[in-house]
Amino acid sequence: MNSVPALVLDDVSRRYGRRWALARLSYSLPAGRSLLLTGHNGSGKTTLLRVTATALSPTAGRVSVMGMDAVRERESVRRNVALLSHASFLYEDLSAEQNLLLLAELLGLDAAKDRTHTLLERVGLTRRSDNPVRHFSAGMRKRLAIARLLMKAPKLALLDEPFGELDPAAIDAMERVIHELKTSGTTVILATHLVEQGKSLCEERLHLHDGRRVDA
Amino acid sequence: MRRRGLLSTAWVLLRKDLLLEWRTRARLNALLVFALSTLLLFSFAVGPDTRLLERNAGGYLWLALLFASVLSLGESFRVEAENECLDGLRLAPADPRALFLAKAAGNTLLLVGLGTVLFPIMVALYSAKLAMGMGDFLLVLTLGCMSLSAPGTVYSAIANHARARDVLLPLLLFPLVVPALLAATKATSLVLQGDPMNQLGSWLGLLAGFNLMYWGLGFLLFPRVVED
Amino acid sequence: MNDKYRALRNGLAVLGVLTLAVGAYMGLSWAPAEREMGEVYRIIYVHVPAMWMALLAVTLNLVCCISYLFKASWGKDALAEASAEVAVLFGGFGLVLGSIWAKPTWGVWWDWDPRLTSMSVMLVAYLGYLAMRKFVEDPEKRAVWSAVVGIIAYVDIPIVWFSVKWWRTLHQVQSTPKTVDADMTLALRVNAFAFLFLMAFFVWNRYRIARAQRAAEVALPEALPTSAGHTSTGPVPGVLS
Repeated sequence: MNSVPALVLDDVSRRYGRRWALARLSYSLPAGRSLLLTGHNGSGKTTLLRVTATALSPTAGRVSVMGMDAVRERESVRRNVALLSHASFLYEDLSAEQNLLLLAELLGLDAAKDRTHTLLERVGLTRRSDNPVRHFSAGMRKRLAIARLLMKAPKLALLDEPFGELDPAAIDAMERVIHELKTSGTTVILATHLVEQGKSLCEERLHLHDGRRVDA
Repeated sequence: MRRRGLLSTAWVLLRKDLLLEWRTRARLNALLVFALSTLLLFSFAVGPDTRLLERNAGGYLWLALLFASVLSLGESFRVEAENECLDGLRLAPADPRALFLAKAAGNTLLLVGLGTVLFPIMVALYSAKLAMGMGDFLLVLTLGCMSLSAPGTVYSAIANHARARDVLLPLLLFPLVVPALLAATKATSLVLQGDPMNQLGSWLGLLAGFNLMYWGLGFLLFPRVVED
Repeated sequence: MNDKYRALRNGLAVLGVLTLAVGAYMGLSWAPAEREMGEVYRIIYVHVPAMWMALLAVTLNLVCCISYLFKASWGKDALAEASAEVAVLFGGFGLVLGSIWAKPTWGVWWDWDPRLTSMSVMLVAYLGYLAMRKFVEDPEKRAVWSAVVGIIAYVDIPIVWFSVKWWRTLHQVQSTPKTVDADMTLALRVNAFAFLFLMAFFVWNRYRIARAQRAAEVALPEALPTSAGHTSTGPVPGVLS
């Protein structure tokens, strides 16, 4: 199974209205390698991650995630992929615990409560677990979003600017999380402005400009 | 890990929505006050003719529920738009059809609850009497609220991502629910004023048919609305 | 855009106007007066065909909507838009005529007659459909959502009709061509064909405009060539088929 690439983009394009966010992008990420995605704002990084996560379907071309077609086998892809997005996917009026519990129940996890508490402890939110997310700071939201991602135990983790809005200590913690993900066998695709941090975490690199691949 | 079935997923999502409603009770209260003031306004618009008010009580109740439904339906997808929670659910993954069932059921519950609270107030305001049983009233109320909720859920999901969403939802929903509104109003009037000609069955049948049609269509079409 | 059918389209318009002239002569003087309503009834020669065409156009819209959801194409979306707009045009025209007819016949402009009432509900529903199209900017989302709305709105038409009929069981039963004078039937048919030609002309032209709008909305930047085998379940960029 290890020979199946983690991600294959075959001539992928995606349009928003009149603008092409991805323009005929082709790329293959070998299994077991992690990918650093770089490029300016609006270069198509977020779109690429969202297309890979099946949040968006490609306007043209084919996306295959671990051998599964992102359009036809959407459900299977979703079960194996987790996205850490700009948006937190968190309900503002539910508590941290309730937000995590909802995902655990949707996934049909056994011992959902225990798993929720373990994860809250891991991201250091145990004491705030009953507070509604509305009262959380940006950094706390990010930590809760990480817990949400870890809940899925994905084979492929898509991280969109994971270091944004974090202080230096939190950036270190995030790096540790990414390391742990990798050692536990998760493939990571990381989109970030912090190229140095990203380079130390990823073996492969893809630079985007105007939705196209640029060989740096 | 076991995969959840469709209904099981819908149940998890419905519980989430009810929990959210409970944690934002202020919004629920606002909805209630809105519906109440609508009821009150009808009396002012028509004038203090008690006989007229009594005869039209059913119609006023359904108009109040219809207006309130626009608010509650709009709200039910505004919650999902915040922090892109809808994407979070889709990617979880939760079956979009389960999402439709949960949202439509949640809105039905909310409206039935609202109607139940409004009923005694309507009786007092319009000096309406209940000729038939409370069970008949609840049956009409439930069927009527279901038929507002199913198409309303589909249209609310659409309107929520369009410009001018607050205008668009009633624009799409009002003409569509005309038959349901007619049937529910007629049936409620019969329950309130008596049914000497035995017409209640036909109106309930119409409501049931409307529900069958739009719960079915919503179930089939909703995934196309929310998936990209 | 290719325009090899221009002559055919204009032919439709000419044919429509000529048939309408013949129909007007037949309706206004050739056909006999009605026994009870006298000369007033003659408005049906335009009122009824207008309503028929509105129904025909929304049916065309439904076909486009269903078909779009199975296999997306910009052509279907454009035809759906065109047919809905023409349906609203003919429906509105028919309603105004119906209202004019109601005044001398029933003494009021509007009498909640089942057919007129359900027609007006349908009209408002399709106005909503058209408004929705204006409020959604993303062409793909607009196409999918309006297909969904089109199906939901169409299914409502018979339900509205039944409910309004039960609500007000009034006025004459629908007169099928068998119960009226044969000359009246012929005049009505000629007028119906005239309206059909004109409707086809309108829909076709509106469809061309809609197609051109879609082509402008999904215009490709020069750097992304339109060639080469794009395959996708959705509409293919730049290829208007």
